[in-house]
Amino acid sequence: MSLAAIGMGLAVIGAGIGIGSVGAKAMEAIARQPEAVGDIRGSMILMAALVEGAALIAIVLAFLVG
Amino acid sequence: MRLFLLTFCCFLGLSNFSFAGSGSSGDDHSHDDGHGHGFNPQSTAFHHIADANVYGIGPINIPLPCILYSKDDGLAMFSSGKFDIIPHNGPRETEGWAHGDGHAAYQKYVLNSGMVMRVVDPSFPAEKVKIDGFIHKKEGKKHKYYTVYQGKEYELEKSTTADFGVFGGGFTSFYDFSLTKNATSMLLICLLMGWFFISMARSYKNNEGRAPTGANNLMESIFVFIQDEVAKPFLGHKWEQFLPFLMSLFFFILGLNLFGQIPFLGGSNVTGNLAVTAVLAIFTFLMTNFNGNKHYWEHTLWMPGVPAWLKLFILTPVEVLGLFIKPVTLMLRLFANITAGHMVLVIFTGLIFLFGKENLGASIGSAIPAGILTLFMMSIELLVAFIQAFVFTILTASYLGMATEEAHH
Repeated sequence: MSLAAIGMGLAVIGAGIGIGSVGAKAMEAIARQPEAVGDIRGSMILMAALVEGAALIAIVLAFLVG
Repeated sequence: MRLFLLTFCCFLGLSNFSFAGSGSSGDDHSHDDGHGHGFNPQSTAFHHIADANVYGIGPINIPLPCILYSKDDGLAMFSSGKFDIIPHNGPRETEGWAHGDGHAAYQKYVLNSGMVMRVVDPSFPAEKVKIDGFIHKKEGKKHKYYTVYQGKEYELEKSTTADFGVFGGGFTSFYDFSLTKNATSMLLICLLMGWFFISMARSYKNNEGRAPTGANNLMESIFVFIQDEVAKPFLGHKWEQFLPFLMSLFFFILGLNLFGQIPFLGGSNVTGNLAVTAVLAIFTFLMTNFNGNKHYWEHTLWMPGVPAWLKLFILTPVEVLGLFIKPVTLMLRLFANITAGHMVLVIFTGLIFLFGKENLGASIGSAIPAGILTLFMMSIELLVAFIQAFVFTILTASYLGMATEEAHH
């Protein structure tokens, strides 16, 4: 169980870095081009969801193994 | 509009069906849920996100119809009121009872923490008998449940789940086709949504050419947002064909997410049930692959301009795996987000009981920060309800867009 929990934590670190950089770049892009805020927000949420997907697979595997 | 309703009905029918298979996905909840003695936050959280055969609103327990089928005894249909359910805050005669337990066994079925279980032993009487409590044991990784009847322990079995043992369920001696708490909420929301959209469509027809009034303004802004931000950019000129599907997905998920957020109203965790999200994801999977054109299948199975060995050993297997991973992540994302939200709320509220184990002062002292934290989490959860409905819809639209894109090279 504890090993699976560590694996889950590692997966969350990866997803955190990924979603963080997605958010940071989106902020930068909005600052540079405030009129495109709608498009950028939509793509940001989509990309964040895709990054999250990888973490979810890891978390479910951790549940199944642990 | 008609297509919209049709899809809605399909959702309803199929989700309901799959409910029968999987009563609860939170499989871990132990029996000992007593708020008074030995408060266990983990088991309380698991109990509160699980499905139930009784609808508890505050202190009132509303019995729901049970439709049970077992191979030995055939079909049994009765109200879950037959189990003599203990009221939510009612007095407990003895230790070892929790709310949602039934004091009686009926036709070999018992109600343990809101869930119907069956006595395996064939010598157990079939008529309504009074039982003396439940025992939960953990043997290694397996959870075992027993009921006490006339000083003897009888082993209990959970209903069959459709997960084939992956999440701790699997095939048992009986199937639960009951109208559970989640199924009731889902029916309620479907009726509400159906009524809402039909009356909205009617008012648009009567008011043609004039500005919308009242609640139509709210719904129209959401509707147009999904149409312009999700359907049109991802689906190109085919957006009208898939709009009913996307809209029913969005409003179904949003309605259930928001309904689950209403405190003291049963707190049904419908979109946080793996069976429901699985059915939604299966719909996306089928829609994507049945609408996929030649171009899509070519790029999935045998993409042009890549060496054959690379396709055979790496790319095609990965792409085929991707076909299934996409709906699986859709399913898990919605399930995980909503379940996590419900659990955090229960655990924050549980802080009061956790600190208040010893004395009253600590429980009053912790009630203030716990209340503020819960309020904060609830506002975040309102945001999450919208975001998750939006994410599910936008990902479905992007998968559909990928599958129906015309070749341009």
